[in-house]
Amino acid sequence: MNAHVAALPAASFEAGPAVVVSNLLRSYGSRVVIEKLNLRIERGEFVALLGESGCGKTTLLRALASLDAIQGGRIVAPRRPAVVFQEHRLLPWDNLWRNVSLGLQVPDARERAAEALTEVGLGDRLDDWPRNLSGGQSQRVALARALVQQPELLLLDEPFAALDALTRIRMHELVRELVANHQPGVLLVTHDVDEAIALADRILVMRNGAIAFEHRAVRGGSATISRADLLRELGVVSHSPTS
Amino acid sequence: MSNMELSGIGRTAIAANSGRSSQGSDTAGARAVSKAKLGARGLQLLSWLAPVAVVIIWEWLAQAGWLSPHVLPAPSKVIRTAFKLATTGTLLNDLGVSLLRAVSGFVIGTAVGATLGILVGFSRIAEAAIDRSVQMIRAIPFLAVLPLVIVWLGVGETQKIFLVALGVTFPIYINTVLGIRQVDPKLLELGRVQGLSSLQLIRRIILPGALPSILTGVRYALATAWLALVVAETIGAQSGIGFLAMDAREFLRTDVIVLTIVIYALIGVAADGIARFLERRLLAWHPNYGAAR
Repeated sequence: MNAHVAALPAASFEAGPAVVVSNLLRSYGSRVVIEKLNLRIERGEFVALLGESGCGKTTLLRALASLDAIQGGRIVAPRRPAVVFQEHRLLPWDNLWRNVSLGLQVPDARERAAEALTEVGLGDRLDDWPRNLSGGQSQRVALARALVQQPELLLLDEPFAALDALTRIRMHELVRELVANHQPGVLLVTHDVDEAIALADRILVMRNGAIAFEHRAVRGGSATISRADLLRELGVVSHSPTS
Repeated sequence: MSNMELSGIGRTAIAANSGRSSQGSDTAGARAVSKAKLGARGLQLLSWLAPVAVVIIWEWLAQAGWLSPHVLPAPSKVIRTAFKLATTGTLLNDLGVSLLRAVSGFVIGTAVGATLGILVGFSRIAEAAIDRSVQMIRAIPFLAVLPLVIVWLGVGETQKIFLVALGVTFPIYINTVLGIRQVDPKLLELGRVQGLSSLQLIRRIILPGALPSILTGVRYALATAWLALVVAETIGAQSGIGFLAMDAREFLRTDVIVLTIVIYALIGVAADGIARFLERRLLAWHPNYGAAR
């Protein structure tokens, strides 16, 4: 089992790493969730992390976001990462621009928020309230809130899982566009194989708290791995595609 | 970006459908809506029928002499008394005195309750140190301590304000603690991810999140404040609405007594109105409180 994925050389990513994780240990009491995990994500690189429920992928994301303490190893990130959660987590008592600029310590917060909202197609809704938004729109605001921080690492924790299929496809396009413009390193935690294939430069499969499989797509090209191969790595035995 | 425009159009269409305006294509539906509106107005009128009828019958019984003025004076007599006392008597002065007592007690009680509530809400240590004592004092019906308060403070202004403040403190305290504890932990987590300081976390997330509960406490507190005031003023007051009532009792002036009861009721309604107004203004974002946008 090639659980140790060594830090990979920054081939086509000149800007340097967005995060470097070495020998990470994460446990709840005596139960070890992540062990000896190594991971390096470059700026501008889009990494998708697949794995069945309970394999530790969300635990890894939470550790990277410093939401949970780690029990061993090192996480080195140049700046605080931005996070988009599965739920939009908008503050219902603040209008959209106040939501987007939450935590932004600049005098022109409103202008920055306006720019970010325009980028996600909601530039005309600055003073609107979260409760007037659809699920997809709310998640777009959450994306704007993450990007306005100009993060070098963007952590996406199944951000499209609760959206309907059509909205999800639109969100994929939007995320691809935003990542291309801002060039953060991205770690997308998902259980959607198609989503991983559609978006990622690199696909990781996590199993038993370690990275068990890695596939690197040709930069700029579409993923060269088949859905069936990935599903097999995830432990799903797929027979014929027409079943 | 065309995708975004598409979704925007879809949303508008949904809004127009759910809008249910009278220009809807389904005329039967439109008629049903207007009928429902009439029905609502009719029900509104109906709800006023009984109280108005009671007042009319009361007036008629009094005019006919079947109701002794010593038992219950006619409504018209109460209104005349109100005007007379307001112009020549001390009604307005007494009203002012009562309101001042209520407001002072309310402000003090709110300050104490909110301060303790915020301390306990934020700090487990403060909770361990304070909460049990407060809960024990709360178990006492606050009016039961009245004799003791009179021994301590006499029957002056201090005693009345103290009693009001005592009644106000607990609902404010309990709802402040509850509100702070009920703030969505996922939003707190978001605050940390966005890099908020503790102070920003309190200002941007915890206090707004606790506000609905705190305002519920304010409404309860207004009710208890009023009750405390009535009791405090009924015992050994030299001015105020309660004094007016007790004074009138000496001379069997039932018209004045009824007038004071009506005034207490009106001020209670006004206080509740202020609380509702605050809720609508401060909780405009909240789907359960805010006015339709």
